[in-house]
Amino acid sequence: MILEARAITVRYRRHAPVALDRVDCQVAGSELVAVVGPNGSGKTTLVRALLGLLPLEQGSAAVDGRAVGTWPRGALARVVGVVGQQEEALFRLNVAETVMLGRYARLGPLGAPRAEDRNAVRAALERCDIVELAERSIDSLSGGEWKRVRIARALAQEPRALVLDEPTASLDVRHEMELFELIRQLVDGGLAGLVITHHLNLAARFADRIILLDRGVVVAEGTPAEVMNRETLSRVFEWPVAVTTWSDGSPQVVPLRVGEKSQRTINDHLSS
Amino acid sequence: MSAARIWALALIVIVCLLVGLSAGAVPLPLSAVWAGLWHGDAEAAAIVRDLRAPRVVLAFLVGGSLGICGAALQAMIRNPLAEPYLLGLSSGAGLGAVIAIATRAGGAWAVPVAAFIGALCAVALVYRLSLVSGRRLDPHVLLLSGVVVGAFAGALMSAVMVLSDAPGVRNAFLWLLGGFGGASWRALAVFTVYASLPVALILFHARSLDLIALGDEPAHHLGAEVDRLRRVVYLSTALLTAASVATCGIIGFVGLVVPHAVRTVFRPLHRTLLPIVFLVGGCFLVLADVVSRTVVRPLELPVGVITALIGVPLFALLLRRTLA
Repeated sequence: MILEARAITVRYRRHAPVALDRVDCQVAGSELVAVVGPNGSGKTTLVRALLGLLPLEQGSAAVDGRAVGTWPRGALARVVGVVGQQEEALFRLNVAETVMLGRYARLGPLGAPRAEDRNAVRAALERCDIVELAERSIDSLSGGEWKRVRIARALAQEPRALVLDEPTASLDVRHEMELFELIRQLVDGGLAGLVITHHLNLAARFADRIILLDRGVVVAEGTPAEVMNRETLSRVFEWPVAVTTWSDGSPQVVPLRVGEKSQRTINDHLSS
Repeated sequence: MSAARIWALALIVIVCLLVGLSAGAVPLPLSAVWAGLWHGDAEAAAIVRDLRAPRVVLAFLVGGSLGICGAALQAMIRNPLAEPYLLGLSSGAGLGAVIAIATRAGGAWAVPVAAFIGALCAVALVYRLSLVSGRRLDPHVLLLSGVVVGAFAGALMSAVMVLSDAPGVRNAFLWLLGGFGGASWRALAVFTVYASLPVALILFHARSLDLIALGDEPAHHLGAEVDRLRRVVYLSTALLTAASVATCGIIGFVGLVVPHAVRTVFRPLHRTLLPIVFLVGGCFLVLADVVSRTVVRPLELPVGVITALIGVPLFALLLRRTLA
């Protein structure tokens, strides 16, 4: 198990309500786990706790079998690559320089980048299909390109696990799909993948397992077919939904309009 | 960085140092400067060796140090307007130094220590004030707190001067005006001893500064020990500012002007940026000092006036760009 949280409880302030309540989360190599849930359900908190950025009130978080708090950050960065929700650049680096930042955990404090570092950057740029952007200034990139650059930077870390927090926020359909296809390829290549997303349908199509969080508690966990059922989703998201099945077998969620009631109506409509 | 740029930079440094040695109340031709440097019995030897050389070298080192402080603080606080003067460090250091000078506590070596304590108090106060709005540091509030703490330290400085006896006031006032008029080989030695370690520490953490400029969380994820880095940068910039302020008074805006100027020409990665900022900062202050002692010859303007004349318009420009 590369990423492992066992019964973790997190509270932001002493008397505040728990942000996470005895949550389990395990991700192995070649496995893509999606964390879904309403706003404020604790998705990002789970990732931050898992990566040692929040103190745990109870439970344990480990990376590659070692308690996360005992990892020096440099060593941890060689095992886990993270692409956060948002990031704003302060200085105008170019794309290649930005991706090279992913190598810092492998470089000494003063030495120049070596051939292996340049090769890793090159490979990461190729993997994310952004070689032609290498010399572009990052302030000239589109939202989709900037996401790819940050994924390339995480790949340049040559990690064994990749954690992405809402990677497709503010991307159009093509870029969403391209990104999830890329993530799936990387996971099939051996990486452990943990993705926080609001896209239930993309999670259902790409992830091996889904963890559904609500108010800091795991409501359901398992394969997409196990987790994505109408009653649970409608209750957790406090909105009626219908669940149908796509041709590849993955469940797909359709939020209902006010007045639309039964799932049967939807299925009838789809099959007609 | 290309070899041509390195040579160009080296040439600029040499020219600036020579201009610094040659200009002044008694202008010296370069040949006289050269003779004075290498021949002890030359006519200009006393001026060049005892007066101008320590002054120029001190201005160079102080300028470089303030430049590096600005570059490091800008990356760490993620605010292009950060620099020791605007963050209140200089005024805190000034208050510490004024107390030491006015009370005549210790000698040349004690003033930087008092300044360091003052700068650390200022940093702690600015930091604490900036947390008022929540648990997270807001870079803009931080800068505002810096200005407030700076004003507070300034008020206390005036109080200390008014309350101390006459010679103490005169000493403190002369020093407070800022400048390199009192430069000597001894002052240079004091500064070098106090400044070497923090400059080395900041240079050593250059890569981590690249990471923390992305924000705390990305820096964590890319392998930076953020809390340790923050302590190192605050302590180092406080010590550097203290050493500068103790040696030559409060000189503002060097840390603002120089890193921005350098970033327009060179790549903004700190491993190469910081050494260049040091050299350019050195040249900037040497030239500012030349202007300060030649523009109203035989009088001398405080060098802080010259740096402010350049720094304030740049600050206004950057402020517009930051808020836009």
